[in-house]
Amino acid sequence: MSKSLSWRSALAGLVLLAALIYLTPSLTSTLPDWWSRVLPDDRIRLGLDLQGGIHLVLEVEVDKAVESHLERTVEELKGDLRKEKLRYQAIERTGLEGIKVVMMRAEDVQTFRDTVGMIYSDFDIKAGGEEDGHPVMLLILHTNARKRIKEMAVDQALETIRNRIDQFGVTEPEIRPQEDHRILVQLPGVSDPKRAIELIGKTALLEFKLVDEDHSLDEALEGNIPPGSEILYESPPATVSPDRRRIPYLLKKRAALTGEYITDARVAIDSQYNEPYVSLSFDTRGARLFEQITGENIKKRLAIVLDNNVYSAPVIQDKIAGGKAQITGRFTMDEAKDLAIVLRAGALPAPVKILEERTVGPSLGMDSIQKGIKSMLIGGLIVILFMAVYYNLSGLIADLALVLNMIFIMAGLSFFGATLTLPGIAGIILTIGMSVDANVLIFERIREESRLGKTPRAAIEAGYGKALVTILDAQVTTLIGALILFQFGTGPVRGFAVTLSIGIVASLFTAIFVTRIIFDLLYVQKRMKKLSI
Amino acid sequence: MEFIKPGTHIDFIGRRKIAYVFSLFMIAATIALLVWRGGPNYGVDFSGGLLIQVKLDQKRTPAEIKTALESLGLQDSVVQEFGEEAELEYLIRVRKMDLDLSGLSEKVQSALEAQFGTPADIRRVEMVGPKVGEDLRQKALFALFYTILIIAIYISGRFELKWLMSGVMAVTLIFIVYVASIFGVSVTWLIILALLVSLGMCWFMNLKYALGAIIALIHDVAITIGAFALTDREISLAIIAAILTIAGYSLNDTIIVFDRIRENLRRFKRRPLGETINTSINETLSRTILTSSTTLVVVVALFILGGGVIHDFAFALLVGIGVGTYSSIFVASPVLLLWEGRARGKTKGAQVQSK
Repeated sequence: MSKSLSWRSALAGLVLLAALIYLTPSLTSTLPDWWSRVLPDDRIRLGLDLQGGIHLVLEVEVDKAVESHLERTVEELKGDLRKEKLRYQAIERTGLEGIKVVMMRAEDVQTFRDTVGMIYSDFDIKAGGEEDGHPVMLLILHTNARKRIKEMAVDQALETIRNRIDQFGVTEPEIRPQEDHRILVQLPGVSDPKRAIELIGKTALLEFKLVDEDHSLDEALEGNIPPGSEILYESPPATVSPDRRRIPYLLKKRAALTGEYITDARVAIDSQYNEPYVSLSFDTRGARLFEQITGENIKKRLAIVLDNNVYSAPVIQDKIAGGKAQITGRFTMDEAKDLAIVLRAGALPAPVKILEERTVGPSLGMDSIQKGIKSMLIGGLIVILFMAVYYNLSGLIADLALVLNMIFIMAGLSFFGATLTLPGIAGIILTIGMSVDANVLIFERIREESRLGKTPRAAIEAGYGKALVTILDAQVTTLIGALILFQFGTGPVRGFAVTLSIGIVASLFTAIFVTRIIFDLLYVQKRMKKLSI
Repeated sequence: MEFIKPGTHIDFIGRRKIAYVFSLFMIAATIALLVWRGGPNYGVDFSGGLLIQVKLDQKRTPAEIKTALESLGLQDSVVQEFGEEAELEYLIRVRKMDLDLSGLSEKVQSALEAQFGTPADIRRVEMVGPKVGEDLRQKALFALFYTILIIAIYISGRFELKWLMSGVMAVTLIFIVYVASIFGVSVTWLIILALLVSLGMCWFMNLKYALGAIIALIHDVAITIGAFALTDREISLAIIAAILTIAGYSLNDTIIVFDRIRENLRRFKRRPLGETINTSINETLSRTILTSSTTLVVVVALFILGGGVIHDFAFALLVGIGVGTYSSIFVASPVLLLWEGRARGKTKGAQVQSK
């Protein structure tokens, strides 16, 4: 064997071996123990369209985060002004811009500027004219601070969602930030999309609010809501009472305690009624606050409110020390579990809105992959038969290249950790066309050359030489296209670009390099006299 | 075995006028159809909305399903049978954007179950908000644009060694796109503008191979979109992938003929260009037919057996590959001849002047 030929065969053999190694995990369901220790064990990942699952694009409503930051600052400001003995008539948030403070006395303005300016460095302090003879001060939120709050809201939302999904137990979820305060969530193989979406989207703002027992609920329901109070409803879970009768409560607007002090939440079973409930643990500060609130409000009702929905409003029997509380609400086991998950993972800093949702049922994914593979096999078989008939022995060589090409694509998918999607299967089908095309170009050239009376060896030489440039031009343009698609494409377009790119590189290798080895083996090494083409 | 015997000589160039008329008619028909329909029929991916694929236990008519959805205020939605008859699957499309689309699929499921009294299996749900739809459309169009741009550069550089000029073209186009996007030109018009500019630049900078390839590419993509409009199919993200495949395939085909033309131009320097083009097309005809037919075999298999989800995708490839094969013979190569006429016109003018 000539030196060059053995070198090329060795390279082809090595590539094939590597491909088979990468492919094996995807083909067998059980790998021997030693495999994972020494060899790669990544399987080909199937896209959501092939295995079923959920794809969500969420938008974090970052303006709400700015709003609540301002609201919190208003509360802090009130406290600080009281501490500094600066009397004010009114403090309120003005949209997303900042805070408006109406001062009582004009002589306080300078002190206000000095003290407040020092504490609230995120704000510009401006004079805002007068209102009924009282000086108005404006605190304008810096643009940078506003941007930072928005970015933090997205980061925090990402983290919260990731925590929730981790606890929900999805294998290989994908959670990525995208531009415009968006978050991409992909959950392969989730069979109950509704539950997953609810779990992700819950803001999970937990508040403990005292029931306003000084005013009449009936009067409030008629529109006479006392200032500082609000009406919230308890919606019993649909599973318990399908008619969903909503029970109204008149609650103090101000939350006595919020969920930020929660350290743990878990599901427990009430031994008396055999009903699941969620038990909460607070950190030291939360525990102290809870003890204080319950101590001061014995015999009053304390409502547990999650995302403005009242879960229960038990009467405080006694001061509760030790930092433990319970949420009951006639839950099913799943509901209690999900509630515990969201409480444990923390609240979303701002609500999220679903911008895009794609759910593929697992049965449809199964159908799609079966049909895709079946049509690929049938189409491929016809092409293989056709090539063998049209080009005889050379056709068989091209067929071998085609089969190798398939193996390389699959191995390439697991090597790059790429995802196989339905359009990806279409990309493979196109690659079959491209791979066959490369060999057809070569074979047609060889035929032309041998018609000119060249020996098989010379015809093969010239055929490969002349076709090579054409093949490169043709396939490189397609490769450029595929790479651009990969860069700019989304979802299915990307899946298609991946298989096409891998396929073109593989087809260049098999159709030019591998087939040449076989031709050389037959017509140079074995000195076959007649070209079978 | 051989389909095309060696020495076959079909006069393709001689028939180019008929081909021009045919192609122009097809493209005009596409444009007319699109104008009449008010633009391409974008699926939920691009227009926003809700698509639900549902499997029922018994055969129902779309009207019955619509009745079932009345309680949800969805009587205006489009209901369609999907896939094979025996599969009992239906597509429900909701375009109304004033509804809260999230969670609607469960409502649809329970409405169907309540009406028919049998379980309804929700197979697939696609909900796309209007903003996201717009974004996806922009991204897809930009991908299409960049593909064409870079390919034009590659072809001009590779075939005519005019890397500098293709560089100039690229910079100009990027500049135009940048300026136009500052003035808030919509992406659709931006891309059309960019395409027109690149065609014009190819023409004036004598980048004939690039011009031929781009014209063939636009031709193929346009006719495929026309076929979609004619059969009232929806353009979804996956269809964009198919259209880009067609672009790739069209180029592949064109470049192979161009390569042979270039080779033959060096061999037969004195022959008229038209004849060289004819010879080149004939010499590569065997390959063209073989490759197209093997690719079509695979695509037909996909079209028939691939199932409903991929049916439209395969349809796009079917049309595109057919048109792409035709265009590399009848559209891309004859474009090279345009210069022959122009060059002759110029020399004539020069002669008149010298007299």
